[in-house]
Amino acid sequence: MSEFLQQLINGLSLGAIYALIALGYTMVYGVLRFINFAHSDVFMVGAFVGYYAIEKWHLPANSIGGGLLALAMAMAICAALGVLIERFAYRPLRGRSTLSVLITAIGVSLLLQNVAQNRQIGFGPNPKAFPNLFPYSNFHLGALTVSSNQVIVLIVTLVLLAALYFIVNHTRTGTAMRALSFNPTAASLVGINNDFIISFTFALGSSLAAAGGILYALNYPSIDPLMGTLPGLKAFVAAVLGGIGNLPGAAVGGVVLGLVETLVVACGGSTYRDAVAFGVLILILLVRPSGLLGKAEREKV
Amino acid sequence: MLARSQYYLLAALAASFVASLFSGSFNSYFLDVAVTCGINITLAVSLNLINGYTGQFSLGHAGFMAIGAYSASLLTTNFGGKLLPLVGGQTWIFFPLALYAGGVVASVAGLLVGVPTLRLRGDYLAIVTLGFGEIIRVLLQNVDAVGGARGLIGIPDYTTLFWTFGLAAITVYTVWALVNSTYGRGFIAVSNDEIAAEAMGINTTRYKITAFVVGAFFAGLAGGIYAHFKQYIAPQGFGFDKSIEIVVMVILGGMGNNVGVIIAAILLTVLTETLRQFGDYRMILYSLLIIVLMIARPQGLFTWTGWKRKSA
Repeated sequence: MSEFLQQLINGLSLGAIYALIALGYTMVYGVLRFINFAHSDVFMVGAFVGYYAIEKWHLPANSIGGGLLALAMAMAICAALGVLIERFAYRPLRGRSTLSVLITAIGVSLLLQNVAQNRQIGFGPNPKAFPNLFPYSNFHLGALTVSSNQVIVLIVTLVLLAALYFIVNHTRTGTAMRALSFNPTAASLVGINNDFIISFTFALGSSLAAAGGILYALNYPSIDPLMGTLPGLKAFVAAVLGGIGNLPGAAVGGVVLGLVETLVVACGGSTYRDAVAFGVLILILLVRPSGLLGKAEREKV
Repeated sequence: MLARSQYYLLAALAASFVASLFSGSFNSYFLDVAVTCGINITLAVSLNLINGYTGQFSLGHAGFMAIGAYSASLLTTNFGGKLLPLVGGQTWIFFPLALYAGGVVASVAGLLVGVPTLRLRGDYLAIVTLGFGEIIRVLLQNVDAVGGARGLIGIPDYTTLFWTFGLAAITVYTVWALVNSTYGRGFIAVSNDEIAAEAMGINTTRYKITAFVVGAFFAGLAGGIYAHFKQYIAPQGFGFDKSIEIVVMVILGGMGNNVGVIIAAILLTVLTETLRQFGDYRMILYSLLIIVLMIARPQGLFTWTGWKRKSA
């Protein structure tokens, strides 16, 4: 039983990270209706900003203030990166077929990965050991062990989710975002600046991905330029699982996926952990294509 | 009496046979690039049937290629000792049979993927096929009988210019003949407007599955050729990157434009080689090229009639 609870905690902290990344996918899908493949690489950049904040810019490691500052820096830099990507790669394609945008997104993803792998202008191809941003200790609750990093993951995720919930539901910009995702033409008719809202959405999603990147690196402290691909794909699965375009759905999907994956690993299927997510995806699309919390869209003829 | 296209097919087969007679006199680097071109043509044209003509979006073509490569290589490598004498020790009979078997296994996989998932569209289909490609890779990594993550080594060196370009020619001919037949008009109907096609009494699901099965079959054959050319295959070689590479060829050539896709396959293969002199900057240039081309010419480099497919 305690073994099961232990895995539940591990799964929850993994799922929280998936949830953060999944929110970015789902928000972009909500306003632009395409899969932003570059999102997983923004996640990677976020982790690297955290690394450089400590190693090169000499923020204090092992302290709550330094950790939070590194987190904030990563979120800000990635928000800017997201806006730039949208401005230069996706905006020229506005109104074109989904396929063109999808391919461009794949191109941007490849670009970020390869720039990051470059020794002269990027981070270099070798894995780097991620420093401990926050003070580290293990808490023992009976037979359970919870690391402080797992607690931090949960706290940061909850705070960010609450902030996102507030922005989307209780601010004018958030209302505009929802209007845009409901009907872009009508939104622009009532005076919403669609371009600004789309940029804002990218900034929001990318900063969440950056936070996800840092939290992921805290728990799996080896980072490299290709680290984003698999968590990114899995987070996308999480977004579909919860119903793409649906914000609470992405959070729920992330947690469910994290739990399923951890339980499969715990049952001895660790070499299959990467296949699990896609198995779940295929299953959900067959049984309930609109996702757990999504609404089925009727097709207009 | 043969049709004109069949003469073209025969001419292409004859040309590749003649070329392969002289393959000894080409330098090995040239030969390497030429075979890679041939394999990429087969892959891109077979994907063009699915993504271009039928308008589906598959991101898992490398998975089918992997299945064909592993099946054919298992036959020739592990069972070659027993099977080869059955055909009188003639590799020119044995190799195509092994390739064919690989293609059949891949097309069965295409059927298994196609039947449950083709109810999905656009982005969803893309991500599910991507998932299938990844699942195939993970499974191969976990099966020790095929070498697991270490890969399969010691595959006999059967691939020649004749097999490579012969297969490419047959693929191009088959896809061309299929799409231009009365039956094949259905593929284009499905891609133009699925709802209208269905209203006209076209069994859209059946067309989509046919496209997947035929596309997977030829991808499997190409995988077999690839395996017997490199003599070594590993699951990592058939990942997401490989699928993307094939998709980019189709997109740059122009969806549903076979000639364009063939040119794009050759161009991108040669381009990857020429960009080698830029060392570390090679892939950066490659990805910039994709972005710029998608913004400047989304209908493909070689399609002049404009972008006829409406946005999905």
